Amino acid sequence: MAKALVFIDNPGSALKKSSLELLTIARSLGEAAVAFNGELHDDVAAALGAHGASVLYRPSTTDLDDYLVAPKAAYLAAAVAASGAETVLLENTADGKEIAARLGVKLNAGVITDVVGVDADGTAHKSVLAGSYTTTAKARTAVAVLTVKPNSVDVEAPAAASTPEAVTIDVPADATANAARITGRAEKPASGRPELTEARIVVAGGRGVDGDFGPLEELADALGGALGASRAATDAGWIGHDYQVGQTGKTVSPQLYISAGISGAIQQKAGMQTSKVIVAINKDAESPIFEIADFGIIGDLFKVVPQATEEIKKRKG
Amino acid sequence: MKIVVLVKHVPDAQFDRHLTGPGNTTDRDESILSELDEYALEAALQLSEARGGAKAGNEVIALSMGPAGAVNAIKKSLQIGASSGAHLSDDALAGSDAAATSLALAAAIRYLGADAPVDLVLTGMASTDGETSLVPAQIAERLGLPQVTFASSLEVNGERVVARRDGDAHADTVEATLPALVSVTDQINEPRYPNFKGILAAKKKKITPLTLADIGVDAAQVGAAGSLTAVETAEARPPRSAGTIITDEGDAGIKLVEFLAAQKLL
Repeated sequence: MAKALVFIDNPGSALKKSSLELLTIARSLGEAAVAFNGELHDDVAAALGAHGASVLYRPSTTDLDDYLVAPKAAYLAAAVAASGAETVLLENTADGKEIAARLGVKLNAGVITDVVGVDADGTAHKSVLAGSYTTTAKARTAVAVLTVKPNSVDVEAPAAASTPEAVTIDVPADATANAARITGRAEKPASGRPELTEARIVVAGGRGVDGDFGPLEELADALGGALGASRAATDAGWIGHDYQVGQTGKTVSPQLYISAGISGAIQQKAGMQTSKVIVAINKDAESPIFEIADFGIIGDLFKVVPQATEEIKKRKG
Repeated sequence: MKIVVLVKHVPDAQFDRHLTGPGNTTDRDESILSELDEYALEAALQLSEARGGAKAGNEVIALSMGPAGAVNAIKKSLQIGASSGAHLSDDALAGSDAAATSLALAAAIRYLGADAPVDLVLTGMASTDGETSLVPAQIAERLGLPQVTFASSLEVNGERVVARRDGDAHADTVEATLPALVSVTDQINEPRYPNFKGILAAKKKKITPLTLADIGVDAAQVGAAGSLTAVETAEARPPRSAGTIITDEGDAGIKLVEFLAAQKLL
């Protein structure tokens, strides 16, 4: 039976939905195993078993987080060798893609990023050139390394939970040699909103918010969505760069994208045009965003957005 | 200090971009220097200038791999301020994926370091066409260099590289020793534009043409033949069409919620 290995970096106290999505894809390809790094809580281990993980690989060292990417790739390469996996699945984050990149060189394995679906034969689906093409790609090598975007599949658990076997992988002694070291870490304040790239709903603001994201935050909270911004808004310093949606920021593909005060230049469109439903609010009827909006409102966002927020609160009671 | 900056000639994202041919490769008409590479070049120029620039023996080499047209990305880099260029071009490179690209570029960097070692390889955070972000990490892996990627600030003190890397939940300080590979984000600086003096000076700067034979890479290791992945099908996504557009007459917020309710998005 084909084997697929999912890498989960620091699963924490509860598994993320994206990790369960990777496990769901792994099981669709064959026998699923997990290689994790960091602490493993008992209930997380149980959840991995409930989602079909047959083996849990852990590294022999606890200092992988002290270094950037490289030693994690060395550990994962050793785990792939131990597991005999033909497919390795990682999150499509900056770290995930770079671990995949180095793993690809170590194993002489083809790497495909930004994957949104995987067929049983290993064919990966993705969209390229800012969503203007959908492509299928395949690794031509014995092992395929795929980084998968969140919300690509619905999480499914097998009927019967497995009790995964625990295996410790010896991290090669030279894994940390010549690796960049992480010498400081500043935690960023948590917003309490869903992560931008994983959110089902995104409310984004641009130049038109003129420094005041308050009304958009309230709408995002009423909808249970994430907050986003155009480059104009982040460059103006009104909101952190982490919130930027677009070519040089994050690419999102939510069920609903509400764009307020954003003209919709190509740089912004590149990050959001694969959203399922796009709503645009802009004062300027000539804004290019209206060319791709399913529902467009020519109007003042400071009037339209609070009115919508109030109506949503009323309906949700 | 000897710095190699990787620059890529990419289709201008202001226009429609296309995949073409049997390998579904990118159509490179209307191409420009990748916007994200300008930040890497600016970072290199700042490091060089802080050490006395070219007069003090500092070098900033713009390296590009690509067909004949890619020389334009190098020329632009020279106008902006790079001291020399190197253009790796060979028909056998066509259709290279990240693995093949990183293999060829790593060999080219080794070649450029043959006379005097390269201290720093600088790249952008991604290309604006392929957008995989794989190549910098793969070059670091192939050259055995410490990898300091997605840097939003960069300092080099003696042999020590210190960078800030912003994640969603935290910002890290990352340290490594030279030689190293650093990829930078668009938050690191404000790239300069070429001025008239720079454009004139660029005409006298040298661009070294490189072939696979020069860098000791076999044709079978690169291009479509040496790539570890293949794009099997490509379909243009139908353009989004505009939906209902209304002008606010005092109740657009309510109409918006009615639309969301009808779409079952509430």
